[in-house]
Formats: sequence, structure tokens, C-alpha cells
Amino acid sequence: MKYKPLLIYLFISSVFLTLISSIWKIMATLQGLKLTVINFNVNFILALLLSLSFILIGKKINHQIKILTLSLFFTFSYILINESGPIWYDIGIFLITLFFTNRLKNYDTNLLKEDFISEKIVFDFLSLFAIVFFAFVILFPFYLMFVTSFKTQAALLFNPLDLSINFTNNLAEVFKSYFIIFKTYDFGRYIYTSSIVSIGTVIITLIFAIPAAYAVARLNFFGKTFLSTSILVIYMFPAIVLVIPLYTVFSQLGLRNSIEGLLIVYTATTLPVAIYMLQGYFKSIPKEIEDAGLMDGQNWFGIIIKIIIPLSLPAIASVALYVFMIAWNEFLFSLMFLDNPKSFTLSRAINHLTGDAETPRQYLMAGSVVVTLPILLIFVYFEKYLVSGLTAGSVKG
Amino acid sequence: MTDTLSKIEKRTAYTLLLPAVFLVFAIVLFPIFANIWISFKEVQLKDIRIPEPRAKKIVKTISEDNTKLKIVYRLRNSSLIENIDNIKFLDKLPTNIEPIDLDSRCTFRSKKIQCDFGNWEAKYRENFEIVVQNVNKVKIDKNSIKSQKPKLSGDADNILLTTKFTLKNFKQVFNENEFLDLLLTTFYFTFFGTVGAIVFGMFAAQLVNQKFYGRTFMRSILLFPYVGPVVALAYTWTLLLDPNSGTLNALLVNFGVLDKPINLLGQKYIELNLMGFDIKLRLALTTVIMFEIWRYFPLAFLFILARLQAVPKDLYEAAEVDGAGPLRKFVNITLPQITAILSILFMIRFIWNFNKFEDIFLLTGGASGTRTLPINVYQQGFAVSNIGMGSAVSIVIVVLLIIFMIVYFKLIGKRANEI
Repeated sequence: MKYKPLLIYLFISSVFLTLISSIWKIMATLQGLKLTVINFNVNFILALLLSLSFILIGKKINHQIKILTLSLFFTFSYILINESGPIWYDIGIFLITLFFTNRLKNYDTNLLKEDFISEKIVFDFLSLFAIVFFAFVILFPFYLMFVTSFKTQAALLFNPLDLSINFTNNLAEVFKSYFIIFKTYDFGRYIYTSSIVSIGTVIITLIFAIPAAYAVARLNFFGKTFLSTSILVIYMFPAIVLVIPLYTVFSQLGLRNSIEGLLIVYTATTLPVAIYMLQGYFKSIPKEIEDAGLMDGQNWFGIIIKIIIPLSLPAIASVALYVFMIAWNEFLFSLMFLDNPKSFTLSRAINHLTGDAETPRQYLMAGSVVVTLPILLIFVYFEKYLVSGLTAGSVKG
Repeated sequence: MTDTLSKIEKRTAYTLLLPAVFLVFAIVLFPIFANIWISFKEVQLKDIRIPEPRAKKIVKTISEDNTKLKIVYRLRNSSLIENIDNIKFLDKLPTNIEPIDLDSRCTFRSKKIQCDFGNWEAKYRENFEIVVQNVNKVKIDKNSIKSQKPKLSGDADNILLTTKFTLKNFKQVFNENEFLDLLLTTFYFTFFGTVGAIVFGMFAAQLVNQKFYGRTFMRSILLFPYVGPVVALAYTWTLLLDPNSGTLNALLVNFGVLDKPINLLGQKYIELNLMGFDIKLRLALTTVIMFEIWRYFPLAFLFILARLQAVPKDLYEAAEVDGAGPLRKFVNITLPQITAILSILFMIRFIWNFNKFEDIFLLTGGASGTRTLPINVYQQGFAVSNIGMGSAVSIVIVVLLIIFMIVYFKLIGKRANEI
């Protein structure tokens, strides 16, 4: 028997189990449990014993019975050694162990003799851990945002670790922050403004970009190569270098604090990428279809409306969603151009909330949920289109 | 025949392009050049309003039967610093109403009062009064007078359009001791933010490229940080990292990792002792970089995953037959396949991180050693209110950006379209 793979297996699997159970412990703490000791070393040894007994027992008994008994043993000793929690916490530990031992199904003394088994073990557990890690790291801030918006000021100060939502309370109390931001802080108006600005930007951008992209993709004219390279170059210039001149000019023209001003700027800054994305797709449409349209006596307007647009709806959807996302999330220009609360967009309104240090953070988080939820829902629902938009447009970000 | 066709084609192309090109020129290219102009001027935020003469009209009753009324115009120069020359005033009166004892600066002809007020110095104020009466001695409707708004016009220098130039802004930008520090902070932030995002993106892509239960779900949520609005996410992080009641600090203190909370976003340096070496780490900057990585690794992930999925499967199968382990496969097959995309990603992300403003602004506002060049544009222009300085810093950014772009196009520009 090779000892190196065995040691690596024992070490990696035990670290994995210990980390996962620690993450479970942290999550339980965030539900308001009073746990204060991670106990990494002891739990590691416990996990080591579990992995060792698993491999020693091998295939002598039925897999199901084996993992059940081993998990039960592990859970009981874990509860004995660590601080005790309520029953759901212990069940959680049990399920984690069950999942872990079930993962070990293929591991026995024969498997450890295979080629490159050490590497395979490391990769196996590393990717398993990475799944948990990425999911935790990404979702946690969103969870925090969501939960905080349902909390009261007193509860937040009393125990910042308690991130549980108690829906058994009076529902009006739970949703209080939302009532307040809509009533006192006028968030209904900001949602309206943000929607108008974002949808308006999408429509205007498409109206400008589709003909331009068609020209770049299909027609020959002087300066074509120059134009198509400069599209990308222009796209790379950031908003921050445009802000001061635009601010001064907009102040003098009285375009600040107006939706029109925002629409102009958002359209202009998203146009290059919209043209770039659309012309790539237009080029992939077979030219013969257009020639047939030309034969029927269509002019370019007819060709764009009747042939190009219907054929490139997926690309147009991608561009539309991408532009919508940019406009909805945009912050810098709305910070610069809007200082009258009547014309705020959602992002600017949330930023304005923080201007007053007295504003309770649950209102801030309720506002954040209001601005985040629509864009996440749109993303989940139209993921396919938005992902292709992101890939094409993500030279910027 | 063909000649006319190609002419028509050209004309069509220009017609189709013109609106888009015009808009982009006006809003994107014009400001970049306008920056050059402004950066050579001494302009403060308060100077950019064009001075204008203003009048507020008030109608007062002076007789009981209302056959006479007094109109008071509160005149003022809106600017506190600039003079206005050659001011003209115009107001209309309703039919049958005429002024009595009109001011010598004014004339009354065909229902119009026209005045020539000459020049007003800065902060000028005057209460200008006119008494009017009805020709037929009947009651005057107050509202008919009120509804008419007076018109004023005058000539004032627009400070942006004068030809006075100065090098002061650039001297100040480069002479400040902080400029080198500013540049270093920017590069530190840009470099580590970029590399971190790419490394995490590579791990995530490698992960999602395998088959496992919940893979599509994983792929969706991996993009959340990039899709979510920066304002909401930055404030959530601020809350998470808050020293007084933030979740992270509370957790670390709870489990005994820390004795007392640390202000991750408000502390410039932290002393660390790693294996006997005392390291002074830029704490707030590192935290901001962490946020940056968290928010932008999804983009790297998306790119790398797309590339990984295009790697032919038989390459791996052949390697397996040859007896290569997972590590060898990664180093000898996967890495060479993705180096091109990695270098492109690095260049693009480098340029974009270099320009990043919102994330730092929302997290720290540029305090505790997180002031980068873009933050400096904002601070000079809007916190110190020196528009000229802000523009000068913008110019520095643009110049650096052009250098990066030249390097980018020289190195990989042509290959970018192939991948």
C-alpha cells in the first residue's frame, strides 16, 4: 500500500470536513446561536478519525449502513466536544457528514493505488470546497442586504450577529423599512425615474445604433475601417474624464437635474458598444437574403425594418438588456448631474440617503434591495441574452 | 452605372451613421478635447454659471379702487464676481394700461416698456418701480399684469470662452508631493485588482467547466456581483465591514480571532507580523481591492469559461491515454489554451480598473490612502471646487490611457478579434 496517497487523502478530506462544518457553525451563529469557539484542531482530529475508519472499513459492509453509522458516530462526538445548539443545528451537522461520507463512496484501499490519485484527491476536494466557498462569498452580501432591510434598529444594535428573519412577528413591523422608504423618502418616484431613464436609453440607443451598425457591417464608404476601430477606442474612455466638461456645459445649458440630460449622456456612452455588438451580428446574416429584398425593390429602410431586425432579434435583445443594465446601475453621471431630489434616480437616491448620518441602515438596505432586485430578476430570467451581451460588452466594466 | 450605385451606397451609409456619430462626438469626444481647454484655465466651480440679469416682478396696490398699481421689479446680477454689460429690459403691459412718470432710462411704446440699464457690476441690486394706470380710469386686473414676465438680456464674459490661459493647474498637479503617491496608489490598486480578479475568475471557470449538481445555478450566481448595482453592493459591504456593528468584525471578535474590531475601510495601515517580518500593509486599500476583485472576477470568469468550453475534449482524452494527471493536463493543455485570453483580459481589465471611480468613491470616498487618479479628478473638481485642476488630472489620465491603449494594440490588438 502506498502511504503518500493515503496521507493526502486523510489530510485533505479532514480539512474539507472541518472547514465545511465550521462554515455551518458560522452560519448558525449568524442565525443568533451563541457559539464562540471554532475548535478547529479538535474537530480536525475527529474528521481524521472518520476518514480513516471509512477507508479501513472499506467495502466490508453495505455503503448505506456504513455512512449512516459513521455519520451518527461523528455527529454525536462532534456535539459532545463542541458547544451544544438546538436540534436543527445538530441535524445540519449530521447532514453535512452524511453528504461528506457519501462523497467518499469510491474511496477505498484499491482506489488509492491508482495513478495520480493524490492529484485527483486534491482536485476533487478543492473543487468541492470551491463550490461552497464561491457560493458563500457571493451570496452572503446579498443575504446581508436582504435581511438587514427586515430588521429593526433595536435588533440590529442588540445583536449584530443575529441575521435571522422573524416572520412570525407583525408583518407590518417586518416590512416597516419598505413602507418608510416609499412614504417618507419617496422611492416610488425614484423607481419611476430610473425606469424611464433606463428604458428610454435602451430605445434611443437602439434607434441610433441599428442603422449605424448596419452601415458599418454592410455598406462601403470612405473611412469605414477608421470608424470601426475608433468605436472600440472611444468605448475605452472612461466616464470620469468626461465628467468635468459635461458638467460645465450642462450647467450652462440648464440640462442638469433633467431626465433629458441623463438620457443624452447614457445613450452616447452606450452607443459605441451597441454598434460594436450589433455590427458583428449583422455581418453573420447571409447577404443573399438582403439581395432578395433589394430585388423586391426595398430601400435600406425597408431592408433594416423587414429583414435585418427580425433576423437579429436575439442580438438586439442582448444589446437591449446590456444597455438597460448599464443605465439602471449607472452612478457617476447621476451623482454629478442630479442634485434636486425631484429628479433622482434610484442609485442617486440611495447615495443621498447616506448623506444624512442619522438615516438608519435598514432603510439604506431596503433601498438597496429595491434597486438590486429588479436587475437580478431580469438577469435570472433573461440570463442567456444578458450573458452574451456581457461577453461582447465586457471589455468595459 | 456602378459608379452611381456606389455613390448611393456611400450616401446611405453616411445618413445612417450621422446621428450616432454626431451624438458620440458631442458627448464623448468633445469633452475629452474640452478637458484640454479647461485644464489651461483658472476656473472654479462657482465661475461656470454664466452671469445673467434677473428680475422678480411684484405688483402692489396703491389706490383703493385699483385704477392705479405699482409694479416693483427686484433687479439683480446673478453673479457674485462678473459684471454684465449693456443690459436691456423688456416688459409688456395689457391694453389700455400706461405708465406714469416713467424712469428716464426707459421708453414706452405700443404697450411695451423698454429700458436700457447700462452696466451692472457684480452683486448689483436695485428695486425698480413703475406706477401704471388705466387710460379709462377703471379697475386694473392685477393678474393680467402679473402673468407677463419681464425679459432681460445682457453681455457677460463666459469665463470658459475667454482666451486667458495658465499653466498653473499642471504645475500644481505635478508639484504636489502627493502626485507620486497618487500614481503609486492607482497602480497598486489597478494591478492587484486585475490580477486578483483574473485568478479568481480562472478558478471559478475551471470549477464550472466540470459537471456537478447545481452547475447552472452556480453559473448564474457567479455573475451576481457584476450585475448588481454598485451603489447597493458598496453600501452592503460598508455595512458588512463596519467596525462598530458590522457582521464581519462581530464574527471575528465572537470567535476570538480579533481582540477588538478593526476599521477595515478607515485605517490606512496595519502592522502585520508574518514569519518574523514586520509588514506594513495598506489596509483600506487592500479592502477596496478585495471588493474590486469580488465585483469583477465574474467578467474574467465569463471570458475564461467561454474559452475553456471551446477547448477540444479529445486533447484531454489523448493526454489521459498518455498517462497525464490532472495537474499535467491543466499545465500542459488548459493553460496554453487560455494564455491568449488571459493576456487580453489583463490588458482590458487593467485599463478599466485604472479608471475605476464609483467603487472606491462609495466605499471610502478616497480617504485612508485610497485616493486614486479618478478619485482625484472628483475631489479637485467638486470637493475643492477647482474645475481647472480637475481637468488637468483628467488629462493626465487620458495621456496614460492612450499609452496603455497603444501598448494594448501593439501587443494583442489584432489577435483580440480572433478570439
